[in-house]
Amino acid sequence: MSATEAPAAAICPVCPPMPEGPVAPRVKVDKDGTTAMHLSLPTIHCAACISAVERGLLRVDGVAEVRVNLTRKRAVVRALPNVSADTLVAAAAALGYEAQVLDGATLSAANSDRAARDLAMRLGVAGFSMMNVMLLSVAVWSGAADATRDLFHWLSAAIALPTVAFSAQPFFKSGWSALRVARLNMDVPISLAILLAALMSLYETLMSGSHAYFDAALSLTFFLLAGRYLDQKMRSTARSAAAELAALEVPTALRMTGDVAETVPVKEVAVGDILLVQPGARVPVDGTVTEGATEIDRAFLTGETDPVAIATGNPVHAGEVNLTGVIRMSATAVGEDTFLHGLSDLIANAEAAKSRYNSLADRAAQIYAPLVHLLALLAFGGWLWVTGGDVRFALNIAVAVLIITCPCALGLAVPAVSTVASGRLYRSGILVKHPSALERLAEVDEVILDKTGTLTRGVPTLAGANDLPAHPLALAAAVASGSAHPRSRAIVAAAGERGLVLPKVTDLQEVPGFGVEGKFDGRRVRLGRAAWAAGATGDTGTVLAVDGAAPVAFAFEDTLRPGAQAMIDSFRARGLSVTLLSGDTEAAVSRLAGDLGIASYRAAMLPDEKAGFVADRTKAGAKVLMVGDGLNDTAALAGAHVSMAPGSALEAARVAADLVLLSSDLSRVGTALITAVSARRRILENFAVAAIYNMIAVPIALLGFATPLAAAIAMSTR
Amino acid sequence: MNVLALLIPVSLGLGALGLLAFWWTMKSRQYEDPDGDAARILRKDYDDTPAG
Repeated sequence: MSATEAPAAAICPVCPPMPEGPVAPRVKVDKDGTTAMHLSLPTIHCAACISAVERGLLRVDGVAEVRVNLTRKRAVVRALPNVSADTLVAAAAALGYEAQVLDGATLSAANSDRAARDLAMRLGVAGFSMMNVMLLSVAVWSGAADATRDLFHWLSAAIALPTVAFSAQPFFKSGWSALRVARLNMDVPISLAILLAALMSLYETLMSGSHAYFDAALSLTFFLLAGRYLDQKMRSTARSAAAELAALEVPTALRMTGDVAETVPVKEVAVGDILLVQPGARVPVDGTVTEGATEIDRAFLTGETDPVAIATGNPVHAGEVNLTGVIRMSATAVGEDTFLHGLSDLIANAEAAKSRYNSLADRAAQIYAPLVHLLALLAFGGWLWVTGGDVRFALNIAVAVLIITCPCALGLAVPAVSTVASGRLYRSGILVKHPSALERLAEVDEVILDKTGTLTRGVPTLAGANDLPAHPLALAAAVASGSAHPRSRAIVAAAGERGLVLPKVTDLQEVPGFGVEGKFDGRRVRLGRAAWAAGATGDTGTVLAVDGAAPVAFAFEDTLRPGAQAMIDSFRARGLSVTLLSGDTEAAVSRLAGDLGIASYRAAMLPDEKAGFVADRTKAGAKVLMVGDGLNDTAALAGAHVSMAPGSALEAARVAADLVLLSSDLSRVGTALITAVSARRRILENFAVAAIYNMIAVPIALLGFATPLAAAIAMSTR
Repeated sequence: MNVLALLIPVSLGLGALGLLAFWWTMKSRQYEDPDGDAARILRKDYDDTPAG
């Protein structure tokens, strides 16, 4: 696991452009030159699956070791750095297993191994001591007297005191850190109960008293540690999505002085400078194109993965990827004035606003902690007055009150419910990243969805591929194989699916911003923009043009993810209003909204408009669930009441989201809602039971009827 | 009651033995993948890299 615990803020200056799909995980290279990569495999379930995945992935070149963890449905792959995570995902898919890369953004949720093991050890020690002391206590309760009782009490003390010192440390630390800043948390009454019970019992033992609470101190420690252990497994290390955007900033720029390009730090670029941007590079600052034409990936602004054609006079923004042609640009905004920087400020603001959520357990603890202290103090003072100054007796009552009221419902039941619920969700392909995410999900009354990459796959596919005549399609695929453009890949994939044999095309050459050309049978073949390939005007569709023949047009569409309709239906069945927010054009958004039956939609939304829309709805009192995948959704994801990102989303989006959808099936989102609502109901039921129990038990303790035996029985029955 | 002098150390010793066994299972990471280990032991292929 250690390999992925690398510092989160590693910024790589030479990152290759990643127009779409999961960003490669940050890796640490080990001695033997391999790096560890983590894959999530939601569909593995049997011994045969382990063998198939381990053997299959080992066959990939450069993979040194594969270890599948069936319990967590994951695989750790050690491979040479040149093996990309996407290769492994593809290899797993070829074996018939759906896979997702787990990187820093998604892994942190369950990657608190060391802390969990530490807690398990403390839990084990507490359990051992509790059982032994309980046996000794049974002897005392059944009538051991005088010397025997004292011996048993001393033995109990010898076991209990070191155990409390070791096992209860997490409570002491957390309680102390709250007290130091003059606040009360749940751990203050817990620590006080454990400490007072242990010290009081030690005093009673010294005085040959008849009552000792060693068993109660230990069983409190044990049960609450069990809750803490479950809680730990849910906790994730907080990371800031705003920091993730730093990866998109370019450290250097190519500045033109006359016709000479020199590399300068991006800090030194001033407004008005002329910069050169090579294909494959990120645009360093905001500016206007002064020379050249190209296609750029504007995904971070609009969420659309389809490249945008750019010519002289068009604006470009820092962080966009230049895909095909060389351009010169004149800088118009640098440093903190760039759009990218504004976006990261926007996300930081949204994150700061959100961290104020109080979970149900927190809210209960806020009422409960002062109440318990007050009760114990009242009991102490009251009995001191009634008995005329018997400190020992009054303290005994106060300890009994503290033990009886100890918050097992808060400390054990809530984490247990959350653990079971998130375990069930993980098995259905949803990773819960934030401890309070399920609670917030249960409160949702409005859903806001992104379009490209969330409802749709965000990858173009050839429309009507099966109706196209075989020959032009095969020829187009042969030409397209010379290009990495998403549309070219769609054509190659469509031809591959029909099993067409590709004809031989020579002199393949990509013309940046326009398409690909080559020679077939001595004739020139062009695949690309209609205006360029066939000389048509005003048409931007993709055509295949062979010299002396009519051009063949290809249409592309973005396919829906499976389960999209089912998800929308489940939202509607729960009475949630659904809104579609997209950076795409009005026509495309309204068509999709119509297909899915979404009445409310907004097109051509910029990132800050999305975040603003979410903020407005929140201000109006709505609890918004935001589902999105792109950089343009990140601020909205961070600002929403609860948010979800598909596993294929950009790293920043997955960091900002509270839940990550590892399965590609969107209908699981509906399942998550149902699970969250029932988990919340269980938690509230537990609170109700605890309240009833306390109403009965507290008066008994206050009146002084709670002997250690009664306390032990009370503890074991709730 | 003299038998207590023997029985108490024996019971504590047995308990400590259990605690030691638990410590060993934690140390050798036997709780990392219980389902996988249960499945792996029934496989025919030789495991080159057994856990722990």
